[in-house]
Amino acid sequence: MMSSANEIGATPAAVEAAAFDAATAAVQAALAAGARYADARVVDRRHESMTARDGDVRTLDQTASVGLGVRALVGSSWGFAALGDPAGDAEARATGARATAIARASAAVPGPPMELVGVPAVQGGWSSECLEDPFAVPLAEKAALLTGVTATMKAAGVAVAEALHQAWDTRTAFVSSEGARIGQHVVETGAGMHCLTLGDGETQRRSYPAFRGQYGTRGWELVREIDLPAHADRIAAECQELLTAPQCPSGDTTLILGGEQMSLQVHESVGHAIELDRILGWEAAFAGTSWLDLSQLGSLRFGSELMNITIDPTIPGALGSFGFDDEGTPATARDAVRDGIWVGVLAGRDSAAVAGLPYAGSVRADGWARLPMVRMTNVGLEPGPHTLEEMVAATDGGVLMEHNRSWSIDDRRLNFQFGCEIGWEVKDGQRGRMLKNPSYTGIGPRFWQSLDMLGGAAPGEWRAWGTPNCGKGQPGQVGHTGHGAAPARFSGVRVGVRG
Amino acid sequence: MTADLDGLATAVLDQVRAQAGPDAQATVRVEQAALALTRFADSAIHQNVADERVTVHLQLTVDGGRTATAATTRSRPGALADLVAATLAAARLRPRDPDWPGLGTPAPLTSAGSFDPATAEASPAERAAGVAAFVEAAGGLSTAGFVQTASLTTVLADTAGRHLRGATTSATGDGIARLSGADGVARAMTGRLADLDCAALGARAATKARAGVDGVPVDPGVYPVVLEAAAVTDLVAGLVSGQFNGKAVVDGTSGLRLGEQQFDPAVTLVDDPHTGVGLPFDSEGTPTGRTELVRDGVPVGLTTDRRVAAALGRTSSGHGSDVGSTWGPVAGDPALSAGAGGTVDELVAGLDRGLLVSDLWYTRAVDPKRSVWTGLTRNGVWLVEGGQVVAAVSTLRFTQSYLEALAPGAVTVGSVVEGQPTRLMGPMGHNRVAVPALRLADWNVTGNAAG
Repeated sequence: MMSSANEIGATPAAVEAAAFDAATAAVQAALAAGARYADARVVDRRHESMTARDGDVRTLDQTASVGLGVRALVGSSWGFAALGDPAGDAEARATGARATAIARASAAVPGPPMELVGVPAVQGGWSSECLEDPFAVPLAEKAALLTGVTATMKAAGVAVAEALHQAWDTRTAFVSSEGARIGQHVVETGAGMHCLTLGDGETQRRSYPAFRGQYGTRGWELVREIDLPAHADRIAAECQELLTAPQCPSGDTTLILGGEQMSLQVHESVGHAIELDRILGWEAAFAGTSWLDLSQLGSLRFGSELMNITIDPTIPGALGSFGFDDEGTPATARDAVRDGIWVGVLAGRDSAAVAGLPYAGSVRADGWARLPMVRMTNVGLEPGPHTLEEMVAATDGGVLMEHNRSWSIDDRRLNFQFGCEIGWEVKDGQRGRMLKNPSYTGIGPRFWQSLDMLGGAAPGEWRAWGTPNCGKGQPGQVGHTGHGAAPARFSGVRVGVRG
Repeated sequence: MTADLDGLATAVLDQVRAQAGPDAQATVRVEQAALALTRFADSAIHQNVADERVTVHLQLTVDGGRTATAATTRSRPGALADLVAATLAAARLRPRDPDWPGLGTPAPLTSAGSFDPATAEASPAERAAGVAAFVEAAGGLSTAGFVQTASLTTVLADTAGRHLRGATTSATGDGIARLSGADGVARAMTGRLADLDCAALGARAATKARAGVDGVPVDPGVYPVVLEAAAVTDLVAGLVSGQFNGKAVVDGTSGLRLGEQQFDPAVTLVDDPHTGVGLPFDSEGTPTGRTELVRDGVPVGLTTDRRVAAALGRTSSGHGSDVGSTWGPVAGDPALSAGAGGTVDELVAGLDRGLLVSDLWYTRAVDPKRSVWTGLTRNGVWLVEGGQVVAAVSTLRFTQSYLEALAPGAVTVGSVVEGQPTRLMGPMGHNRVAVPALRLADWNVTGNAAG
């Protein structure tokens, strides 16, 4: 599957002309200094976060970060220079020239010749849809929401109750030496809550709607939709019940995972594994490599025939959505796994060229100060033909787990172990008693090939979950990614791993 | 890039007084950070970056407990007035916090930081030369890693009259050599680029890679282990973030038993920014210094900021940070003292049958109270029999209590302390941990490459 790009519109009014002037000056200076290609981004990002604990607002933080990042290519060597809040064209030009100087230094330890995959030189823009500006919602209203739900959970008897909201407003002016001039305005919003209970030498946790909250390229309407107050009493009660629940048993069994946990399973064992820079070894020393071998692209069986994974930055409102990536490539949806066969990767213009692939489109940077690199956009599992209710009814014996609590996976993205907040015994087609400390472990392709039922047939089961803290890169970058997921069932999985 | 950090701090405080009145309490911190990192893979530089910024951080409290914080990279006069106005508006909407600890009182600093101008001004060519030295010393093996230089100058001023200045630099080399599916690693972090021996790192990584080929799986089970410094770094980072962190004690998620013989007597742990790459004061202006955490196996100290210290009836240990409200006050420069165990080879010689582990990866807490972590080995594991390495081993998963791994009678501490980078975010990119290798009696291996 490959769908058309988002509609290209005019440059958003929120992106100022002066930002394009600075980016243009930087690109021209990089070329004048000897670069054969250069691009520049002026990024103006505003962020707000508020946390509440046990009925009181605990923190309220607002940040504004504006700056210029310039990429220059000399031969096959890259250089990147960034400067906060450049004062006029002179500083922008100096930053462009510095990027070229750094690229020349890179050429002291050069790699093989490399070209860039071609992209259209777009002049236009894109804005995410935002029905209710999160920065225009009164702070008092936000505080009332967060203090209210934490007070409710605290009153229900938990030891610690916390809630948070975050919002970002990012305006980007992108200019390339190939003639691209692109403005983007993206608003992202999210919120969540959790509580802790303390037992004899143990801690239990419950969260809603996800362990880090739910996020999207949307406005405050997302926070209203998830309706935190409607769930505060429930998670507080479950958190207390977990203290006296039996341990998740150990052994091989049928495993049913809720949609939120499935989103992290996709992120960790599929999303990172299909990053082309990892496959090429460019992340070998830090993030790691991948068990996937490019010679098997198009033929390798990754999972069962129920497994269909898409790379789709065009999903309205999902956290990994955009109009253009940070190389100026228009957003395009494409397959990563179709009917269980691995068919696509997350790529950038340089890595795709090295791999001999014709497409890029998945290069993103964490603000102006960081180098654009291969990142997930929305990497999601398409919905299946079943419902969660049908999965439980079809299971003679097994465990149902929901909401992530811990995650760990090896540097080739093969051997994983996840812990969840809560589990339930499944016996004779019925959801039974609650289980605490549920965990499971496995090997990626073997696990995905055991996928035998996939939800999404019932309304609301499939959702585009947002991950606001995907770490990668040196210096470190935090990425915002989206993952469509629904409940799913796997056979013969090892559960109940304990230290 | 030069900026008048003192002038910026003073200008923000002037704006606070003008907009919020004389009773407002404010701390302003102006950071000038420069970070340059040259990254290589397949023995070629593929990413090479440098960024510079000045960031103004403001914490503003009105009415004795209504607090908001804000930060901006905009530092022109109008932007500073906007920063104060927005922060003041946010603070006035906050409910009064009954636990607001107030500003600290002025106290003398015991250090100005450790700033090396040559490191701060290091050129891309110098970093590239470090990469070239690593690559060449690896003797033809494929290599990957980075060489980084960083500098941070901070001015902190507050309405209580403090005006502090500190600066620090760091240099880090971190890389692997690769051979037939086996990776060997070497890392070092110092305060001066001149002290970083990238050729030695490359040679060491290559030696480890050559010794790691043809790894075979071993069965899950409990093994005695020797953890090299890179692996010990993860263990120490896990303990300081989850156990010695005063917020974890307040929240009840720490399993520490202060004053009891919880660890082997060979274990002594301190945090000392002045021997590491830390600043002479924290984000709240509290002077930093040596904090004793474990003395001869007995937990004796915690890391605190002003809020956590007040909750525990203590004084701040100088571990305030921008992320303290979320993650708590965490040691930034922990150091595990050397013991009598000798070199890694000598520690291995004391193993009848066990594992030698180079590095740990993707470790996550499974049970915070017991400090149970799961993770994987990386960059080399070897089977040891009769005090000798007899075979390379493929990647293993473990699920292990870090607290219990250091129990009395279970630990032999090596004699060679190494400065290692930790993978933390922040303007400096990395923090520094100083640790020796350890021999531990029990390490719970819960999986291998087969599952």
